[in-house]
Amino acid sequence: MSRYVYLFFPHLLAEYATRKNPELREVPLVLASPDRGRMVVDSVNVRAFQKGIRAGMVLADCKALYPELHMVETEPGRAGKLLHALAEWCVGYTPFVAVDQDGLVLDASGCTHLWGGERGYLENIRNRLEAYGYTVRMAMADTIGTAWAAAHFGKPFHIVPPEGQREALRQLPAAALRLEPDVLARLRKLGLRHIVSFMDMPRQALRRRFGPSLSFRLDQALGQEVEWVVPIAPVEPYQERLCCAEPITTATGIAIALNRLLEALCLRLSQEAMGLRHAVFKTFRIDGNIQQIEIGTGQPSCDPAHLLRLFEHRIATLEPDLGFELFVLEASRVAPIAHEQSTIWAVSSQSDKKVAELLDRVTAKTGAGKVSRYLPVEHHWPERSIKEAAPLWEKPATAWRTNQPRPVALLPSPESIEVTAVLPDNPPMLFRHKGKLHTVAKSDGPERIEQEWWRADGNYRDYYCVEDEEGARYWVFRSGPYVKGQLQWFLHGFFA
Amino acid sequence: MVTPDKKALIKQLQSQINAMQGLGKLSGESTDGFAPFADAFPERTFPKGVVHEFISHEPAHAASTHGFIAALAGKLLKEGGLCLWIVPDQSIFATGLPVFGLPPDRIVFIRAPKPKDALWIIEEALKCEALTAVIAQIKELGFTESRRLQLAVERSGVTGFVHRFQPFSENAVACTTRWRIVPLPSQSGGLPGVGHSCWEVQLLKVKNGRPRVWQVGWEAGCFVAVPNHTTIVLPQRHAV
Repeated sequence: MSRYVYLFFPHLLAEYATRKNPELREVPLVLASPDRGRMVVDSVNVRAFQKGIRAGMVLADCKALYPELHMVETEPGRAGKLLHALAEWCVGYTPFVAVDQDGLVLDASGCTHLWGGERGYLENIRNRLEAYGYTVRMAMADTIGTAWAAAHFGKPFHIVPPEGQREALRQLPAAALRLEPDVLARLRKLGLRHIVSFMDMPRQALRRRFGPSLSFRLDQALGQEVEWVVPIAPVEPYQERLCCAEPITTATGIAIALNRLLEALCLRLSQEAMGLRHAVFKTFRIDGNIQQIEIGTGQPSCDPAHLLRLFEHRIATLEPDLGFELFVLEASRVAPIAHEQSTIWAVSSQSDKKVAELLDRVTAKTGAGKVSRYLPVEHHWPERSIKEAAPLWEKPATAWRTNQPRPVALLPSPESIEVTAVLPDNPPMLFRHKGKLHTVAKSDGPERIEQEWWRADGNYRDYYCVEDEEGARYWVFRSGPYVKGQLQWFLHGFFA
Repeated sequence: MVTPDKKALIKQLQSQINAMQGLGKLSGESTDGFAPFADAFPERTFPKGVVHEFISHEPAHAASTHGFIAALAGKLLKEGGLCLWIVPDQSIFATGLPVFGLPPDRIVFIRAPKPKDALWIIEEALKCEALTAVIAQIKELGFTESRRLQLAVERSGVTGFVHRFQPFSENAVACTTRWRIVPLPSQSGGLPGVGHSCWEVQLLKVKNGRPRVWQVGWEAGCFVAVPNHTTIVLPQRHAV
């Protein structure tokens, strides 16, 4: 479950100006900027706020009310820069901080226990921000929407208990849902001033009257709709770079560079208990050409020697020409390494690791999709009775069936044969496959296997196990009932 | 008269010579399941940790060879472990293997259509001690390549089964044994229909052993002798 904190700074710019110029602390202060030929108030400090001056008022009107009002001109873009700086400061509290229009969103999930609970966490933030001179209204809730609403319209220090969004939103005004002005106006016209008055109305009716945004915002606040925000510091990718003073032209040089990058990357991965699943090695040639080689592993690995061996075959495919000046190694996919290694093959985890590394090397050499295991599936149709499994760890879900004879070798697609057989369903007496005549000495069958109608159309197959006079055993089938002029008999496999 | 002390000494020397000749670990291994073939091998023990070579020319013979190899590998895998099966295409049908005592979920299949890749994979696999057996189907195997495989198993102790299907020539290779498996009419004990699999197992070459031909069947998880037949002892060829 996520916990979000919303920090709302009601007097941000005015307080910043006070910080720069402490003697402004005791006077009513407004920051204003020109807008359509007049000065409009952007931000007010607490004293001016108490006198009833709000952001958005025209400066001339305010001056008329309070001639002693002190005015400072707003620097364009200052608010955004300030919020960004505060967001970077907040990274000390959580790695996930996002900048909103007039505040900050903090994802505090799993962070609060370090400050002795949610109350301690919020108090710590507030105390430190107030020491800098910023007034902050803060709220914590399960969703960003509710945290925003509580921070703007609730108490200045508001913790919504987990799953308590519905209760918290009840007494707040409709504006707490971040709605467009025209939707708010329509709500006001209908007397729906508080969220509680329309929260339980049927969603269809709301959508018809107020457009999609109202129910969307309500869902976001209640946690039924996911809300995305972009953190200021995205999670750092696993990437290592190596610049070279002189261009590198030899395979040995490239291998040394790669080894260094792998060691640095694996050190970081092992500190974070992660293992590499897929890596890209990019080489930048001095003439601007970029080449890359990729590897993948079956199990997460952070062993530089093993990973270097996977890359070894591909190094020869790089064309250094005049030389490479920059090498970049990126781990495009990483996965946590399981600490308690369970044995897969009932031998030892050490040998499992060796097999996994061998299969990685084979995959690096032959390309993906060549290594497979087969597991039984509960289907009678021979082609569907086995499925390919992930090379190492999947266990069979059902037992292997041995009650019916099955050949050791199965042809990829059945091959047509000419057969002499007694109608309607006697086994073949002789058959001709690839020009060679086989006389059947012994036979078993038929074993009828029906096509699975819910998967594919087609005829059933009557399988016969036949043995020719030389002792070779074949699996042949007749497809469907007899129809004149149609290929009917096929060879499908060889018994041992 | 040879005293017991001398007998033990000779036995010890013999096993040392066997080890030098690349016959792998012979002493103290159980011979369960390989009993019908024991006569042909030095010290009456089926050699593990070596490369066995199989040759076949017909698809039906190849299937019999696969069945026989699966039976041998199944005996090796009885105590757990993992087996690698390198094939040029998708011809092996896993559902047909449990009959021969080889659980298919313990096999990792690798498709290697290119012979060069296949040889590389076989050698790397034979070097990996964590595997129990490596089965490979390939068309051609030169002497040099077989020597490399032999060197790999001498270090790791993995048992290799190399099945050469339709080779151009049956050239000499450095493998410990050469087998040829030919299907025989099945034995159903007088009942109608096809019975259990029967093969003529031709052990054409074996280092330090006596080449032979057996007629064996596979019934209920073990090799059984086909009734009314005699084992043929082939003349032993010595290196000149």
